Amino acid sequence: MTTARKQLHLAAHFPGVNNTTVWQDPRSQSQIDFDSFVHLARTAERGLFDFFFLAEGLRLREHKGRIHDLDVVGRPESLTVLNALAAVTERLGLAATVNATFNEPYELARRLATLDHLSDGRAAWNVVTSSDAFTGENFRRGGYLDHADRYTRAAEFVATARELWDSWSEDGTPRPFAHSGQHFDIHGEFTVPRSPQGHPVVIQAGDSPAGRDFAASAADVIFTRHGTLEAGRAFSADVKGRLAAHGRTHDSLKIMPGVTFVLGDTAAEAQEKAHHIRRQQVSPQNALLTAEQIWGVDLSHLDPDGPLPDFDPEPEPKLTQGRTRLGDPQEIAGRWRALSETKGLSLRETVIEATGRQSFIGTPETVAAEMDAFVTAGAADGFILVPHLTPGGLDEFVDRVVPLLQERGAFRTEYEGGTLRSHLGLEQPAARPVWKG
Amino acid sequence: MSVPPRLPHLAVALDTPDAPGPFDAQHYIRLARLAERGALDFVTLGDTFARPGPDALAVLARVAPHTDHIGLVPTVTTTHTEPFHVATAVQTLDWVSRGRAGWQADVSRTPAEAALFGRRPAAPADALWREAADVADVAGRLWDSWEDDAEIRDAATGRFIDRGKLHYVDFRGTSSTGEPFSVRGPSIVPRPPQGRPVIVVDATEDAARETAAARADIALVRAEDPDTAATARAELRARAEELDRDPDRLRVLASLPVELPAPGDAAGLAELLTDWHTTEAADGFHLRPADPERDLAHLVEGTVPVLRRRGLLRRSYPGATLRDHLGLERPASRYAVRTGEAS
Ligand SMILES: Cc1cc2nc3c(=O)[nH]c(=O)nc-3n(C[C@H](O)[C@H](O)[C@H](O)COP(=O)(O)O)c2cc1C
Repeated sequence: MTTARKQLHLAAHFPGVNNTTVWQDPRSQSQIDFDSFVHLARTAERGLFDFFFLAEGLRLREHKGRIHDLDVVGRPESLTVLNALAAVTERLGLAATVNATFNEPYELARRLATLDHLSDGRAAWNVVTSSDAFTGENFRRGGYLDHADRYTRAAEFVATARELWDSWSEDGTPRPFAHSGQHFDIHGEFTVPRSPQGHPVVIQAGDSPAGRDFAASAADVIFTRHGTLEAGRAFSADVKGRLAAHGRTHDSLKIMPGVTFVLGDTAAEAQEKAHHIRRQQVSPQNALLTAEQIWGVDLSHLDPDGPLPDFDPEPEPKLTQGRTRLGDPQEIAGRWRALSETKGLSLRETVIEATGRQSFIGTPETVAAEMDAFVTAGAADGFILVPHLTPGGLDEFVDRVVPLLQERGAFRTEYEGGTLRSHLGLEQPAARPVWKG
Repeated sequence: MSVPPRLPHLAVALDTPDAPGPFDAQHYIRLARLAERGALDFVTLGDTFARPGPDALAVLARVAPHTDHIGLVPTVTTTHTEPFHVATAVQTLDWVSRGRAGWQADVSRTPAEAALFGRRPAAPADALWREAADVADVAGRLWDSWEDDAEIRDAATGRFIDRGKLHYVDFRGTSSTGEPFSVRGPSIVPRPPQGRPVIVVDATEDAARETAAARADIALVRAEDPDTAATARAELRARAEELDRDPDRLRVLASLPVELPAPGDAAGLAELLTDWHTTEAADGFHLRPADPERDLAHLVEGTVPVLRRRGLLRRSYPGATLRDHLGLERPASRYAVRTGEAS
């Protein structure tokens, strides 16, 4: 094994509530039974992954004013599942996505520090900032936060959580804390001693300039959608370029795009499987819905096997709530039309072709080589793998690709330390020696 | 009539009185397994922001995979928390424990706790418990907001769920400081194994009685003597009846501090529990050991066998869920009757 070789990091994303997750497949099992979480987490640990990852959505998605019914719906509250998974895994990091807008620092810092204790140092927090009034309808404060303030609150939230995590002395004495800022004015004593990692690992998933700055100032890991080599390189350069201004080193922030994969015994078989999965993901109904999201109007009269709409999208489509926008609708519609005309594709075929193609398709050898090359080229530090099947979607990757990554010297052959920080090669934050307030 | 209808329920607190709660998972796993050996109904774990200790719901989620039968009842406060988060966390505890979750709803009284959140001032006990009743109410609605058969996975129509079986709860309540709050729903979590996890309220204090009568499946009453417990039980049952509830679905447990320094004390405790049961003071007991590791061992090895010989305690678990242990039936979703209504 060559020691100079850049090591990649791997995480397992539990299949989400979007059309990446295929539920029509006979192998697809429950999205909510604890057994499914155990299976995927144990598979990830068998593959020596850095961490297991859960997304969050605090309101069920809606389309045309009704609950969206075509994709998997329903998932557990993340931190509770991760505490239970700490019982059935030993080394695997456990990452929860938790919103900074609809929580309070004292309670969340306490829950995260508790997970870090109960898992012996394996907790991570993916800080997200969705602040829409639609989601706010499930909460006491409602949609109180302006979109522009989402990151000022998140930054102050994380800073406050760190003050709480630092508030106990290393010898186990609670010290009072006081924080007074634009979003929080709190004081008292934290109930949790300093946890094994000092601070749970902080992940950030947001893409705007404000989001990237926030990550550069406060995060240990970025979860990004930039999953192609070119986009990954540009994103990586941009984000890592922001680190110096915050007095941070290049290595202190890990970039991990969310990626999908399809394996086959031959390249052709993998391509064929990939196409089959895309057809499962984009059912006729889902194709129409995706087009409605872009066009912003009801298209239920259209035939998914017929042509795209012959009119332009609404400038500000609002049919869908609780979901990240796909991009500028006029621009997307233009691209789709061009694609449909050039290749003679129906509406559904266009959606299949234009959205969500798998990131890595091929034999285990080519996938391992491509992932390794991706990381070697500086386009990422590793990957958050998003399987399309619950709960077995990672089995084949762990059985067939992980050994090849290990053979290449690009991935660990055993866990070296016990904490998630040690898996990621992140420094332990220094304890604050004396109260400075 | 208020004759206790069944064998006394038996539950035990895992808290370490007068000391910070440990952060070592193994400590709680040992205790819960011990309680499970005694085939007790459930364990409770208290939680407060007012002194050191872990998040109790997290601890019992961590314990769940290491146990098979015992009910798991963490305290979660309703005062400074988000009802939606509390409801979904308890609902998730029910999923990870395969139907063994309960929730002891509590309030946070002190200005010091209010200052940890900086949103609202401390409020009087009456207002806090009224808010707790609202939070328990909306939690129950969120647990019902998915009908049991909402997930259909219908390949022909491409639908994963029947959205007619998911319901907005559109709850309006009042915070302890008087402002209104609302929760739209539905829950983000499918209906859990028990339908609704078991709600526990400490109803010792007058201010908590109405909340317990309205919302609890189990009311705890800290009492020094059987008469006090019997009086509280009668009052709680009467209030439940006034609220159109079947009083037999509100179980009142006498909550007793116990200290069993020597194995022989365990037999003495069996005598005491038998006496209390004979006087029909309560539907069962919630024991609060002074030293959980020591006292729980003596309880399981000494008290439990005596009670079993007397036919006052079962030898094994009759079912899989906490509701099964308690003889409380699994409730249908309150929204299920209104079938066909589109959400
Ligand atoms: C890869 C990725 C994953 C995300 N996952 C979640 C999620 O699970 N839950 C959530 O509420 N928001 C999620 N978000 C949304 C972000 O937190 C953020 O609110 C959103 O991207 C807007 O921030 P921005 O303008 O900086 O992009 C995700 C974003 C990205 C890029």
